[in-house]
Amino acid sequence: MRLPRANAWGAAQACASALLAGFLLVPVAALVLTLRWAEFRDGLRNPLLLPALRLSLFTTSSSLFLVVVLGSLLAWRIARNPGRASRWMETITQLPAVIPPAVAGVGLLLAFGRRGLFGGWLAAHGIAPAFTTPAVVMAEAFVSAPFFVQAAIAAFRRVDENLLVVARTLGASPFRTFLRVGLPLAAPGLVAGGAMSWARSLGEFGATLLFAGNLTGRTQTLPLAVYTAMESDLRAAQALALVMVAVAFALLFVLRRMAPGGVLPAAEARGA
Amino acid sequence: MGRLLRCIALVVALSPPARAAGPRELVVFAASSLREAFEGLGARFEREHPGTKLTLALAGSQDLRTQIEHGAPADVFAAADWTHMRALVTAGLAGPPRTFARNEPVLVVPRDNPAGLRSLGDLPRAKRIVIGAPEVPIGAYTLRILDAASRRYGTGFRSSVEARVVSRELNVRQVLSKVSLGEADAAVVYRTDARSAGQAVEIISIPPELNVVAEYPVAVVQRTNQPALAREFVDLLLSPQGQEALVQAGFQPGKTE
Repeated sequence: MRLPRANAWGAAQACASALLAGFLLVPVAALVLTLRWAEFRDGLRNPLLLPALRLSLFTTSSSLFLVVVLGSLLAWRIARNPGRASRWMETITQLPAVIPPAVAGVGLLLAFGRRGLFGGWLAAHGIAPAFTTPAVVMAEAFVSAPFFVQAAIAAFRRVDENLLVVARTLGASPFRTFLRVGLPLAAPGLVAGGAMSWARSLGEFGATLLFAGNLTGRTQTLPLAVYTAMESDLRAAQALALVMVAVAFALLFVLRRMAPGGVLPAAEARGA
Repeated sequence: MGRLLRCIALVVALSPPARAAGPRELVVFAASSLREAFEGLGARFEREHPGTKLTLALAGSQDLRTQIEHGAPADVFAAADWTHMRALVTAGLAGPPRTFARNEPVLVVPRDNPAGLRSLGDLPRAKRIVIGAPEVPIGAYTLRILDAASRRYGTGFRSSVEARVVSRELNVRQVLSKVSLGEADAAVVYRTDARSAGQAVEIISIPPELNVVAEYPVAVVQRTNQPALAREFVDLLLSPQGQEALVQAGFQPGKTE
């Protein structure tokens, strides 16, 4: 009786794996297979590509830097200080992950735009972030931070409290304990979270479009360039999309190498 | 092989049953700017054809064209410009098109008009301008209008306006929203869109001799399985009642003859 049941379980796994893996792979494969080489080459010469690629790399690394530095400290605080305030803080930092990106864009505009809550105060100090490159970074940081913070909290919680106590009794300051014990022990989780967060900001579309607009070289990131190219030429858009997939794949591949045993998410490019 | 068969059996068992035949349905693919006019006309069409349900699919003309090229079940296609209609006609996917409406680009400013614009010639005074991307019709028309204006106001006109452009949006409603939110000082949109923003924006007409008026063509999609009904909807658009409804929504009549 054992054998058929084990066989059915194996079949169920094979079915599920084939279905889901196939479903996830087929659209990406279609992007590659339906494009002729000459069309791809023409797509690479599209004037939108280079400025968008440069801008995407710059803005996503800026937002990743901000999210990792601020997010690590925040996650450490939440993980090491259990309590009501931490639970609230944790919930608040997860909010942007469930808000649709377009709504996030409207929110950013209503907060930091010209007529926004802080628009007048910012303008008085000569700052008008809407429709500038910093607006792109803000939009990307807003939508991607929850992914890093969540992973970082989980990683810091897994750090053995005893090791931190030992470090403190040996005379290490709280900061040194964080830097030399907490960070290295949580590293795989932090890298995984960083990769997830980076992938999310590379694919960011809706919030950027609303808050930063769409201007080549200044606010037009790769996803916006793909969408803009789609308005005139689907094939050119497809070529740009392929470049984006390649960039995402390359970066995630490198990060996977960096994270020993870390579980990394696949690259994703989400629309609005 | 056994696994594969079980896999297929499972998928078949889980798939929904085929849809039962219901009342007649006419699917109209229409450019987003036609929403207000077509919602009214659609209700009228349903009243005049009892048992018929009219379904509107509203999106950018380019998106609708791509969907029709990939086999979307449309009966009628109403586009905001000729480029995408011509592409479908050339591919044998749409019947002979007819112009049923015209839409005139206008300048819009926020109601408090922070840059104090009075006419197209004042445009370089605006600090933040938002226009359509050159890939979408309104953006292409805007550049042609700026070129025409440069011939009247001086060669630097287009470049001084473009220097103040902070975003080239992908559809008219996004262009408009930047002005109605007060984030931009000026934008170029169609009159129909400007009217839909109500009190939030002020409309400044563009001199007709500098303006480029958009033509809206409509055609029956070749693959339709109810060509007669589809043609009746096209006829409604071109009838005096249809033209009246379009004019109510801010369009100019399609027929000039």
